[in-house]
Amino acid sequence: MAFDHVGKSYGEAAAIADVSLAIEGGAFVALVGTSGSGKSTLLKTVNRLVVPDVGRVTLNDDDVAAEPAPALRRRIGYVFQDVGLFPHLSVAENIALPLRLANAPDAARGVAMLDLVELPRTLATRMPAELSGGQRQRVGVARALVTRPGLLLMDEPFGALDPVTRESLAGAVRRLHDELRLTTIMVTHDMAEALLLATRVVVMAAGRVVADETPAALLAGAGGDAAQALVAVPRTQAARLAVLAS
Amino acid sequence: MNDALARVPALAAQHLLLAMAALMLALAIGVPLAIRAARAPRLAAVVLGAASLVQTIPSLALLALFYPMLLWFGHGVPALGFLPALLALTLYALLPIVRNIVTGLRGLDPAVLEAADGIGMTAAQKLRIVELPLVLPVAMAGIRTAAVWTIGAATLSTTVGQPSLGDLIFAGLQTQAWTLVIAGCIGAAALALGVDALLGLAERAAGQRRWSRVWLALGVLAAVTVAASAPLWAGGGDRRIVVGAKNFSEQYILARLIGDRLERAGYSVSYRDGLGSAVAFGAVAGGDVDVYVDYAGTIWTAEMHRTDTPPRASQVRAIADWTQKSRGVTLLGALGFENAYAFAMRGDDARRRGIATLDDLVGAAPRLRFGADLEFLDRPEWQAIRRAYPLRFAAATPYSPTFMYRALDSGRADVISAFSSDGRIAADRLTVLADPKHAVPGYDAVMLMSPAHRDDARFAAALRPLVGRIPVTMMREANYRVDRDVDKQSPEAAARWLAARLGL
Repeated sequence: MAFDHVGKSYGEAAAIADVSLAIEGGAFVALVGTSGSGKSTLLKTVNRLVVPDVGRVTLNDDDVAAEPAPALRRRIGYVFQDVGLFPHLSVAENIALPLRLANAPDAARGVAMLDLVELPRTLATRMPAELSGGQRQRVGVARALVTRPGLLLMDEPFGALDPVTRESLAGAVRRLHDELRLTTIMVTHDMAEALLLATRVVVMAAGRVVADETPAALLAGAGGDAAQALVAVPRTQAARLAVLAS
Repeated sequence: MNDALARVPALAAQHLLLAMAALMLALAIGVPLAIRAARAPRLAAVVLGAASLVQTIPSLALLALFYPMLLWFGHGVPALGFLPALLALTLYALLPIVRNIVTGLRGLDPAVLEAADGIGMTAAQKLRIVELPLVLPVAMAGIRTAAVWTIGAATLSTTVGQPSLGDLIFAGLQTQAWTLVIAGCIGAAALALGVDALLGLAERAAGQRRWSRVWLALGVLAAVTVAASAPLWAGGGDRRIVVGAKNFSEQYILARLIGDRLERAGYSVSYRDGLGSAVAFGAVAGGDVDVYVDYAGTIWTAEMHRTDTPPRASQVRAIADWTQKSRGVTLLGALGFENAYAFAMRGDDARRRGIATLDDLVGAAPRLRFGADLEFLDRPEWQAIRRAYPLRFAAATPYSPTFMYRALDSGRADVISAFSSDGRIAADRLTVLADPKHAVPGYDAVMLMSPAHRDDARFAAALRPLVGRIPVTMMREANYRVDRDVDKQSPEAAARWLAARLGL
């Protein structure tokens, strides 16, 4: 998929400005930046939750604006921080809902998806309010993947979770990315998470792409000042932890 | 009283039918409107503002306003009865429905809506699968409020000629038959509680996703409503004769007297009680009422806009000509007594102050308090009297007729606008003041028939024996039987007594 000179403004303020980026199939791309850097806005232009003012976004060389938005979105998995489980539907119904929308209802697959995200099948009949935060986000991931999309968009997926849950869910997502051979774009403000999970890290600042490197290259000092400022945070923390331990 | 209490089930059925029809119509209008409004803040402001404005109009006035509006609209649209009551109650029910749905839709968790978009729901799917189910509890609360309000306000539909439990309440208030008032109130309250309980059951079951229970509760409600409409589709062929009555005892008695005569002549009869004075003549002209008794002076001033005061006999002839020519209404004849507006004072008080005529009253008026019935101060007769006698009272207060006599008796009022055929004039030893300048026209009680009965000889023959037969003393006694505080009779019983005295 590719972004081609994409820009979006809210009033005077440009949320993203002239972003061009090509993402190869199978990549795990982390979009990293501080709050207000435009990373979420850029992500949402892919499934048209945000419509850019200028430029275009293509998926397999087709403009995403070429078809009705619902049809486009049914082919793209979408996970975000607040999960947005439907509170009046059971866990299994939530997961299977995208199949219902595609006129291919399959309740059994809704239950089977629980295995994939490492949740016990006994949760199938529970209501979302009865789940913990981590369980909810796992259900969110299952719902996003139930239609077997090739592309998974994640907007701060682990932002609201405690560190332990976060770590285990991040591992699960990476495993799913590999097993299902997904193309994944994940927005995060946590550079450590990006470095550990992604195959490619895109750093944004003030609506523009300021660095586009592999994790290894970033750790080796590439990508410029803005990117290195973000890399410095976990590196300093790791060094201080090492000092404390010794 | 049993005569009247026997009407409770039939009136409750009509009441429920009207309220449920209004609720359904309000839902049909309110739900789509609320969904649109929730997405358009400006539309929401307009809709909620208008619905709130409707709520500030007293429901009695709202009902009354639909009569002239529908009359003006014309084109054979009935201005009385079911339609105006339905429209007014529908407007009344809109606010809680629209407000709750708009509030509910706006308060939905943005994350849930983002997820709905994110997994590729169309706008219609989002509404059906996510928004409506989630807003249902709040919407149901609004619908329950609307149902209770509508059932309560439906008691007022009596005033526009739509039978309801309000018939009992209004009749009971007029004749101080408190059992009737209580029966009407308890009936309406029971309906409201019953409907609210069923809707509440459906709401709770929906929350627990027990759909069979939801349908059971709504099904019971629908079945009861359909059953309540049974009388409407059962007797389609043989049209019932509708006898109208305004809202005081004499009218109730005369309506029953007329109704009994018609039933004996083989007609099936129903009653429209409690019609407003302004509404009654329109009702007979429009055919909503087949026959009722009105008073010469009322037609003369309010309908014909005349201010002269000819002798009674020629006045009645002139009215008969006018009603026939202008509205096709037949004046069958005068009953023989007059029920004129008559200023009355406590007998001893009038003697002590030396007041016997309206001329005498002019000088004393600034020290006296005037109690009028609810409509008198706005009537042309009051204007005519003031033109002839420059009366300026210390205070003028409107009362419902029963309380007007109480006010005079207790001294809260010194002069009242009494009715000359009222039994309480003799019973309370009141002095009726003379009208030496003939400012007030004659008020002969006359029977008026709708255009449908213009050439109906059988109908006229059944009623003609009443013409000229009722002297004012006899009418006063019949009225007093209903109005007195002890040993009260129902209008039906008083009508039977009157018929017996008349030898009919």
